[in-house]
Amino acid sequence: MRFYEYESKALFERHRLPLNARRTAGSAAEAREAADAIGCPVVVKSQVLSGGRMKAGAVRFAKTPDEAAAHYDAILPIEVKGEKARSILVEKMSPVAQEYFVSVTWDGRRKLPVLLFSDMGGIDIEEVAEKHPEHVSKTHFSTLLPLTPRIAKEAVGRVGVHGNELNRLTPIVFELMKIFLEYDLTLAEINPLARLEDGSFVVLDGHVDMEAEARGKHAKLLAALGIGEDETRQARPPTAFEIAGRKVNEADHRGVAGNVVEFDGNLGLIIGAGGGSLTLFDAVRKHGGRPANYCEIGGNPSVAKACELTKLILGKPGVEKIAVMMNVVSNTRVDIVARGVVKGCIAAGKDPARVIAIFRIPGAWEEEGFKILERYGVEYCDRSVSMYDAAGRAVAKLERAS
Amino acid sequence: MSILISKRTRFMIQGITGREAVSLTRENLAYGSKIVGGVTPGRAGRDVYGVPVYDCVRDVVEKHGPVEGSIVSVPPGFVRDAVFEALENGVKLVVVVTENVPRKDVAQMVELAGLRGARIIGPNCLGIISPDEAKMGGVGGPAANTRQAYRKGPIGVMSRSGGMTTEIASTLTAAGLGQSTCVSIGGDAIVGTTYAELMPLFEADPETRAIAIYSEPGGRMEAELAEWVKANDSRLPIVAFMAGRFMDEMKGMRFGHAGTIVEGKEDTTAEKIARMEAAGISVAERIEEIPDLIRKRLAGTKKPKKSKKNAKSKKKRTKK
Repeated sequence: MRFYEYESKALFERHRLPLNARRTAGSAAEAREAADAIGCPVVVKSQVLSGGRMKAGAVRFAKTPDEAAAHYDAILPIEVKGEKARSILVEKMSPVAQEYFVSVTWDGRRKLPVLLFSDMGGIDIEEVAEKHPEHVSKTHFSTLLPLTPRIAKEAVGRVGVHGNELNRLTPIVFELMKIFLEYDLTLAEINPLARLEDGSFVVLDGHVDMEAEARGKHAKLLAALGIGEDETRQARPPTAFEIAGRKVNEADHRGVAGNVVEFDGNLGLIIGAGGGSLTLFDAVRKHGGRPANYCEIGGNPSVAKACELTKLILGKPGVEKIAVMMNVVSNTRVDIVARGVVKGCIAAGKDPARVIAIFRIPGAWEEEGFKILERYGVEYCDRSVSMYDAAGRAVAKLERAS
Repeated sequence: MSILISKRTRFMIQGITGREAVSLTRENLAYGSKIVGGVTPGRAGRDVYGVPVYDCVRDVVEKHGPVEGSIVSVPPGFVRDAVFEALENGVKLVVVVTENVPRKDVAQMVELAGLRGARIIGPNCLGIISPDEAKMGGVGGPAANTRQAYRKGPIGVMSRSGGMTTEIASTLTAAGLGQSTCVSIGGDAIVGTTYAELMPLFEADPETRAIAIYSEPGGRMEAELAEWVKANDSRLPIVAFMAGRFMDEMKGMRFGHAGTIVEGKEDTTAEKIARMEAAGISVAERIEEIPDLIRKRLAGTKKPKKSKKNAKSKKKRTKK
């Protein structure tokens, strides 16, 4: 879950990292007021989650409060990779002598946090690593041993930074490492970290990503930063259909019938589980099918849950048929899903035999499940029909019907 | 033979009185696994399908002697402590089935396991099965369903998806290719044991003659496997299936598992497939192609360690 820049900076400020004076503005007048209070020159920055703000023209510099107000109006409507600004940040500009890069993230291979430091900040770090490897240090550190500043010192020193600079950088880098671990972050980054002409340091921009699983643990911090519980902070905001899907899943604790993602096709998908859904979604597309949604069912959801999910998907505009498919199931009962899906079709006023293109869920309690489907005339198959072929049957049926 | 577990492996279940753990206990016992005890604090003195329950892992070990393995099935916030408890009491193989464990907790568990010479499988996995020997975890579901999908044989299976472990095994079984050991390694961004870390075990197992893997977008595990294969001149042909190809165009969206997200180029299926193929790993377009691809690769291997007879699947029951 990514933080906006102003949220990342608010978190950094709690840990006394050096930051410039700044304010978020909700109108051009507020931007003018902020610039006046902070003192020009200022930088006016769009608050979006995606990168590439500068290229899109959503970061501008102002020499006067009036200019800041004009920039506000100019930046607000700009979409950065399709994303509109959450708000606009007005921040003091300082004369920079040098820029540095610091980030902490997880290394899934070493299974340890890794600290990246460079004295060539402000530009793409991967490019620096490729062209000037001696200017990037990569330091793994333990999550079990007490965290001490020597790791930060070594990381800074390894790129050739010495003297006063090293002594001033070490505590900043060390603090970022602490923040990373304390809040269960998946990314804590300062880029650029600037050394000003007077020798002091300041965080010019920062990124923070928190692990979704840890949100509950840090509810207090999130509330203090104004991050709502319903904000998913995925690549795009959830649609009404997706929010409805989440409600279906949350209404009942038994099993999973969720992670509904909206697509614009005509074939509704009731698919599972984690890996099976990925495999089946690919298969439908490979056959030229157009999915109306992605979803995941698993962990033995109740009849009611499967029923509600079916109703939701059948109610989506443009959905002509649904395909109910999973890999060979281990702990989800086939008969329960069958009962729920059939019930959902009927509740939606549809004939299960016509609207269910295929039912392919082999595994525990399949005979009982298949009996139910037979009673309603629904086409089903067992494991002798592959996931790929089952998806093909569903797509073909839809093509014949239209 | 098999890797990680056999019918002689004695293990315990932490969180044994939980709803899912109770089913796990029943299903694992019915498949022939040796479960010596269970742990739920405050529930000592009870039993679950005849398995005695204790307050602490130490009590299990004191009563039953050293225990090789443990399944951890406790809520996410308690996983780290449970795993530490197992590791500090000499358990060498910990299977974590719980989902939604924060990464930092996983990293700490893995680090301690390293210090104690132990191995963690998972989290967010369905465990391990050595067909006709034992299983440790929910993989395959009820014993009858498990027997239907899994047969003993020469193929090692590793999968980032628990459900797809069974789908692949079932497809192999139907094609007459049994499995030595199948490992559901877990779907998180950090897992205790990766493909590349299991390869030396399969390599050392004389009965394993080929490997099938299920993989997804996200992470560096496939790249790590490709590097391992190149560096170690593995005798085992590998066939991989790559799911989630549609995700290549959907940067920043999570699907399927916690670790399944495309953030950079290296996370994409296209990049992973290219790396694996460059290392000589065959990549199947569909699950049902896996058996034929394995047979082709086996026919092409120069020095099979065993005669062809052993490649055929054996009868369900083994002696004893």
